[in-house]
Amino acid sequence: MAIRRGRGVAAINYPTGMNLGGDPTQALVHSTPTGNFMVTLSSVDLGQGMKQIMAQICAETIGVPTDRVVIDTADTDTGPHCMGTFASRGTHRAGNAVIQAAKEARQVMLEVAAEELEVNASDLETDGQGNIQVKGAPQKSISIFDVALSAHFKRGRSISGRGMFLIPRSYPEKETGAMKPSTCYAHACTVADVEVDDETGEVTVLTVKNVFEIGRALNPKMVEQQLVGGSWMGISHALYETTEPYYPNRDHGGTDFNQYLMPGPGDLAETEIIVLERPSADGPFGAKGPGEMCANPQIPAIANAVFDAVGVRIDTLPITPERILRALKAQAAG
Amino acid sequence: MELRKDYFADVRKDGLHEIGQPRPRLDSPGHVTGKTAYFADRNFPGMLHLKMVRSPHHHARIRSIDTSEAEKHPGVVRVLTAKDVPHNVYTILILIQIGPEDETVLADGKVRWRGEAVVAVLAETERAAQEAAAKVKVDYEVLPAVFDMEEALKPGAPLVNEYHGQNYYLYDSGECRKVRFGDVEAGFAQADHILEQSYRSSPIEHAPTETTGCVVAPEGNDRFTCYTNTQAMFFTLDNTSIILQMPGSKLHFVGGTVGGGFGGKVDVIVEPIAILGAKLTGRPVCFIYSREEEMQISSPRAAEKVVIKDGVMKDGRIVARKVTGYTDAGAYSRHSPYGAQKGAAHYPGPYTIPNVWIDTYCVYTNRTPSSAMRGFGVTIGDFALEVQMDKLARLIGMDPLEFRFINAYRDGDMKAHRQPTEGAALIECMQEASRAANWPVAEKYMAMSSYKKGA
Repeated sequence: MAIRRGRGVAAINYPTGMNLGGDPTQALVHSTPTGNFMVTLSSVDLGQGMKQIMAQICAETIGVPTDRVVIDTADTDTGPHCMGTFASRGTHRAGNAVIQAAKEARQVMLEVAAEELEVNASDLETDGQGNIQVKGAPQKSISIFDVALSAHFKRGRSISGRGMFLIPRSYPEKETGAMKPSTCYAHACTVADVEVDDETGEVTVLTVKNVFEIGRALNPKMVEQQLVGGSWMGISHALYETTEPYYPNRDHGGTDFNQYLMPGPGDLAETEIIVLERPSADGPFGAKGPGEMCANPQIPAIANAVFDAVGVRIDTLPITPERILRALKAQAAG
Repeated sequence: MELRKDYFADVRKDGLHEIGQPRPRLDSPGHVTGKTAYFADRNFPGMLHLKMVRSPHHHARIRSIDTSEAEKHPGVVRVLTAKDVPHNVYTILILIQIGPEDETVLADGKVRWRGEAVVAVLAETERAAQEAAAKVKVDYEVLPAVFDMEEALKPGAPLVNEYHGQNYYLYDSGECRKVRFGDVEAGFAQADHILEQSYRSSPIEHAPTETTGCVVAPEGNDRFTCYTNTQAMFFTLDNTSIILQMPGSKLHFVGGTVGGGFGGKVDVIVEPIAILGAKLTGRPVCFIYSREEEMQISSPRAAEKVVIKDGVMKDGRIVARKVTGYTDAGAYSRHSPYGAQKGAAHYPGPYTIPNVWIDTYCVYTNRTPSSAMRGFGVTIGDFALEVQMDKLARLIGMDPLEFRFINAYRDGDMKAHRQPTEGAALIECMQEASRAANWPVAEKYMAMSSYKKGA
């Protein structure tokens, strides 16, 4: 009887979005009289930080600091249509819609600034700090605050834009299954190191080293929060979670967090996250959807590590101590 | 976290002002100080509480329902049954023409899973609603139930759902979604080794911190505002409009701050019945799942069975892969037909395999309907695929990581569902994992690139 160590690897890809019924999201952007920007959406922030990312995407596109952008979302009386937050689609679909709306608003803003500065709009650039200046002559500039006032009160212009992103519906071909179910793919490779106690069947995940390729880390801190959380969920799926422990028998289903098992803070593996960025052709600043992908590779990596440790294959999730012990018994019985 | 900027630097423009910056989240101070408002923080004078009477049986005919005692219970304002729901038989994907409508808002004549909603009780307090719900008398004739997918697919199995007529979803392609690429039998014929293995999983709960629910307030002008934690505002509004036969202009949904979703809040279960309650009583209504309901009543991730048969050469090339996937939808479709189809498109994984055969089935059983969850249609498939890859490598005596390099897809490779690979990065992820985990592989694999063949 001993504690045995093992190591396993898994590599995966993950599709962004769903276009079973077409995959649309819309956005509206407008400026207040003093040059703040409102982004109006009906997209839902699940806690992953969608509002923040939309603000950063709008700010980058218009050329203002993020704190000049306010997000108004998820009110069906004001926000234009969004399919929903799922299928790793939120940042990708809504982000593209926000970029399109923000570009249109920026164009009006530059036209008004051009009139004020008596130059061509194409000669202007934003400095990212809230000003618009002539390319190559930054001393000739005007604040966006003043541009917005001018647009609203002097020139009668609406600094606003409409954005729409649609992946048209794909119908799978009946006989061959030819279809375009999604757009760009995120990638991952995870190496898990585990200890298995062959007397109790208990698995301790020592470390998970995750490499994720996500197109672009739009906000690295938020990417980290999502990837670490996802990695934890993968470990939880591999070793702990089910609503029906004796599936397909329906008995003994957990009804609260005491009975529905998940790893707690004390069970956390040492988690390493490495991010690569290969910008996608169709993503906002090249971003892909990492939200679901990040919880997947740990599961097979741990399953493979358990085999590496004790030489039994558990091909049924979750990989519980009971299943490991039964397999070890069967192995010993030859 | 480490950002490895050296990979793909040639195709990426860095140095932007706001993108790529670790700006603090604008909503995090509210979250961590407990000031963020969630739907359940809304409280309206005269608000009623809705509680469901649920089926204790897995499969039963309803002979009769007697709500008279419940209606007399102190504090009870209204009791709702199937006849009160304008369009009681629905399915959420009907919005995108994925029928048939196969599920009841409130059970009518039959229940198909333990926990199915039968009667809704609206009362002044939660306690009164609970007590009254316990006084509803439902006379059931228990029917044989089927829980196992393989049993459900056998001839003579109890029929779970009459709206389908058989215990699987009927696609336009027949009893399963098919992918056919190359000639899989020819591939098996040329293979040095063949390995066929089965993988299984059980249902998994999303386990969000905040349970599913909504608060509905009549606006007084025949419009209703529904404060909800749905993941999809218009998806919910449009389905509610169909179920209640109300024009969308009468419905106003407010949400957008959710205490965890993970795919578990896209089923449009609580909003229609709560709005109906508000409409019929003229009073605000809240319907919030208890933790027990969240765990056992709300949709879980489907249990799956995945059978993979592979043909592999001694040199490491996979020449044929046949996958049969079974998704346990439970008693009703919800999002499951889509999940099974997404699985078909995801196999054979991020590998270039010349001969592929995929069948994915969406199977009905007498259990809690499953639905979307993080990694929908893919997560369990990835578990099966990647354990299978490990077994194949060991079968031919090859390092599991090197074996994956040999088969990894690259730009331009044709996938089984006939889409060319674009923007691949599997090879680079594996190279970096090799370095980070100190799992050495041969130099030729470290020199590979996703960009083009031949490198």
